[in-house]
Amino acid sequence: MKRCFTPLLAGLVLAAASLTTQAAEVQVAVAANFTAPMQKIAAGFEKDTGHKALLAFGATGKLYAQIKNGAPFEVFLAADDKTPARLEAEGDAVPGSRFTYAIGALVLWSAKPGLVDAQGEVLQKGKFNHLAIANPKTAPYGAAAVATLTKLGLFNVLQSKFVTGENIAQAHQFIVTENAELGFIALSQVMIDGQLADGSAWIVPAHLHEPIRQDAVILTRGQDQPAAQALIDYLKGEKAKGIIQSYGYAL
Amino acid sequence: MLSNVNLAAVWLTLKLATLTTVILLTVGTPIAWWLARTRSKWKGVIGAVVALPLVLPPTVLGFYLLIALGPQGPVGQLTQFLGWGVLPFTFTGLVVASVFYSMPFVVQPLQQAFEAIGARPLEVAATLRASPWDAFCTVVLPLAKPGFITASILGFAHTVGEFGVVLMIGGNIPEKTRVVSVQIYDHVEALEYAEAHVLAGGMLLFSFLVLLALYSRQRASAWK
Repeated sequence: MKRCFTPLLAGLVLAAASLTTQAAEVQVAVAANFTAPMQKIAAGFEKDTGHKALLAFGATGKLYAQIKNGAPFEVFLAADDKTPARLEAEGDAVPGSRFTYAIGALVLWSAKPGLVDAQGEVLQKGKFNHLAIANPKTAPYGAAAVATLTKLGLFNVLQSKFVTGENIAQAHQFIVTENAELGFIALSQVMIDGQLADGSAWIVPAHLHEPIRQDAVILTRGQDQPAAQALIDYLKGEKAKGIIQSYGYAL
Repeated sequence: MLSNVNLAAVWLTLKLATLTTVILLTVGTPIAWWLARTRSKWKGVIGAVVALPLVLPPTVLGFYLLIALGPQGPVGQLTQFLGWGVLPFTFTGLVVASVFYSMPFVVQPLQQAFEAIGARPLEVAATLRASPWDAFCTVVLPLAKPGFITASILGFAHTVGEFGVVLMIGGNIPEKTRVVSVQIYDHVEALEYAEAHVLAGGMLLFSFLVLLALYSRQRASAWK
């Protein structure tokens, strides 16, 4: 009897200990396009402040639904400005904590060098089988891609070639594996230290779609949490701004 | 009650599940037969490979299929060489993925059915000068019929319930790769809960009825 209870007891003690030692952690929901910069920022944040940011990445629409249904996030970095505003209006975010942390740039990207020209004329020629986009219903970069194609008068022509990723991370995956020859994703996904990492790209001019203002907000669960406020302050600081700009975002 | 997009997704799902089940019964029967009969040292390896989708997360399967079937992958190179193009984002691609994904649900019931028959009936048939093929068709198939029914139901139902693999290699194209489970996910993501309920409720009912049919059958045959 004793023998079989000892490991069980040890397990319970361990579980209890892990529950009580999570001091000064902040749970952050992050839009998929901001994955790479946020990982860098979180590392710096932990080093400089001692607080730990636990990051969850996903499509903004999904993260919204999760927050509405009780997900334990304290800070939300969205891929648009509508979703944080909506959360604030619905009483799920701390009023007045909202601010724009980055303005996103849309890029037409291919893993193949030379496939996408600098003017995006490859779209007119249409010599490709699949064009990857993020789901325009839920992902702001997907909506911006659709707006761009509509403005260029190419939406109806190219619609049959769309392959839709759940978010831009999946759209990127489709292109990297070359299952889609090219696609619309966030510039931040293919930029390292201010330069295009590989492949070929057309940075979509900002006038072809509504600006992708990405807002952050403190959620109700993060109210009066020092670590949540510290993260917001850190995001507004020069160090974070430098990282954000190096991934091609405007500020 | 069903909108056009939902109807298209239901139709596509039924088509995918039917085709997958037919292919799996054809491919799975020899595999199950071999697994049930062989004394080869490879039995464990092949059995384990067939069972992998039972324990692997669909993301692992979907990720490797995306790479293997893609233009740079070994299967993708082959299909391009044969002039079939590449399979991801096509209905054919989904069928190939589903065959892998639902394989254990068809092979294992068949294997169990074959093992339960044992060698004896075949030996008897051989002494009556039945050829092995003849014996298989006239002795094994009728005896293994409950196994075939279970395998068909499970293979079909499991393919209908497939989600992760399709999400990863499907590309969410209406009428080609947007099956019911992906459509539900889309509706939920877009906060279209009413639309989601129609399909999700339908899936729940369908799955329950399938399992009810399966377990009632097993109970009935256990009493015989």
